[in-house]
Amino acid sequence: MKNFQIIKALSSKSAVSSVGKEKDAMFIAGGTNLVDLMKKNVVAPDKLIDITGIDLKQIEFLTGKVTIGALAKNSQVAEDKIIKENYPLLALALSAGASQQIRHMATVGGNMLQRTRCSYFYNTDMPCNKRVPKSGCGAIGGSNRMHAIFGASDSCIAVHPSDMCVALAALEATVFVEGPKGKREIKFTDFHRLPGNTPEIDNTLQNKEIITSIVIPENNFSKNSHYLKVRDRSSYAFALISVAVGLDIQNNTIKDVRLAMGGVAHKPWRLTETEEFLKGKTVSETTFRQAADLAMKGARSYGENDFKLTLGPNAIFEALTIAASK
Amino acid sequence: MDAKKPIRNKAVEEDSNKSRRDFIKKSGLFTALAFTPPSLVLATDNKWEEKIAEYLETVPLSIEVNGVKHNLNVEPRTTLLDLLREQLLLTGTKKGCDHGQCGACTVHVNGTRILSCLSLASMQQNAQVTTIEGLSKGKKLHPMQEAFIKNDGFQCGYCTPGQIMSGIACIKEGHANSREEIREYMSGNICRCGAYHNIVDAITEVKEGGMPL
Repeated sequence: MKNFQIIKALSSKSAVSSVGKEKDAMFIAGGTNLVDLMKKNVVAPDKLIDITGIDLKQIEFLTGKVTIGALAKNSQVAEDKIIKENYPLLALALSAGASQQIRHMATVGGNMLQRTRCSYFYNTDMPCNKRVPKSGCGAIGGSNRMHAIFGASDSCIAVHPSDMCVALAALEATVFVEGPKGKREIKFTDFHRLPGNTPEIDNTLQNKEIITSIVIPENNFSKNSHYLKVRDRSSYAFALISVAVGLDIQNNTIKDVRLAMGGVAHKPWRLTETEEFLKGKTVSETTFRQAADLAMKGARSYGENDFKLTLGPNAIFEALTIAASK
Repeated sequence: MDAKKPIRNKAVEEDSNKSRRDFIKKSGLFTALAFTPPSLVLATDNKWEEKIAEYLETVPLSIEVNGVKHNLNVEPRTTLLDLLREQLLLTGTKKGCDHGQCGACTVHVNGTRILSCLSLASMQQNAQVTTIEGLSKGKKLHPMQEAFIKNDGFQCGYCTPGQIMSGIACIKEGHANSREEIREYMSGNICRCGAYHNIVDAITEVKEGGMPL
């Protein structure tokens, strides 16, 4: 690993101003992804700004919403009693990600900013448009078992690896950020982006901006929520496909629903059209099967990941069925 | 090292006039060296200059490991794992994958299990670290160490320090209430020999024994 300078910031404001002075400066919190990327020489910052001393670790419940500090640890959120009761989908998704050691280190903000685990992105001997723009994509026509079936481009078919973000997309969270121009908020589903011709850009966070918190509005999904994660091992592996479901069922009728998928796109894949289809329908196997098929509209596979076209609808059907039966 | 090159790798604690002063003082020393007549520079021990450069690329670190306080200088890029093994010679903590995939490097920092291979030592200021070497009391092994021996919780033993550190934390966190839960919360510790069944036996035995950990 290339050596670098390290500075400790004590407020989000000073973190933003510290990063402004150096060209290749980056923020570091849990470091579970960044240190790994630096060891592999995928990224090589000259300067790190240690933001772990900033007071952004609180989980606060107010009427109608919860605010989670960007530096709250993944395990802290996953095991918070009130989160488990009111936002079980988030707790389930967080617990499905990584290992307990990593969840103790990783922060909510860092989880959102983690890079793809596409093996071509990690291997500096291989072409990768995300790592080196215009160098080509090794995964297209290559080893692409883990890769996207939605929203990919000719430049990149990598997927966003987070589980937490799939739940947050479904729960319609808002991201609060701070930068040199002040504070602003971003809708969670607008935070991550599709690759297009610029796969090197993962999200809509601007240069020098820092995530300070996320806010999740109250919902009626706490009873009938489920996060289904399909992976190569029963634990501690990235998703081949995951499904986040929140159902608001009254008298066997779906009053409201949220549906998102992970492991299928460059961003958490929200299925709004399928949600609209489900709203007002009676809970039944037929409805769930139709919804699962509708969700796959526009899906496209790349060879090794052809199985995802079958696994996808089956996973959605399964997740809806489990959520409805809780 | 070129004496005129800007010195970049000195960490400056925010709002700390002291480190700024130190930085200027040390930069001054380098400037002085640069303007020293060549004959004099030759007369000085070149290794001394190297040592200064090395020092300037490090950051001071106060850390407590297994109850012993250390005041050290570390490169910002040194991981906690490398600090433990290479500088403090505590080689009980193992380097498996070095990429956060195997759990062999698991240690406790301020009572929480973490991966030392993905932790920068320079970010562990004033931390209290416990490694496998810190578990036994004199010649008396920790109950988890005893249980691993009794239940044959290993074959080659390479992953064992990480398994034991993780196993203790698993119980303390309240995640050892069933074999299924133990397996889930121990999933970050890979055992290539496949001693999983006996590892779960060992953790279950310690949990049910209710011994202080």
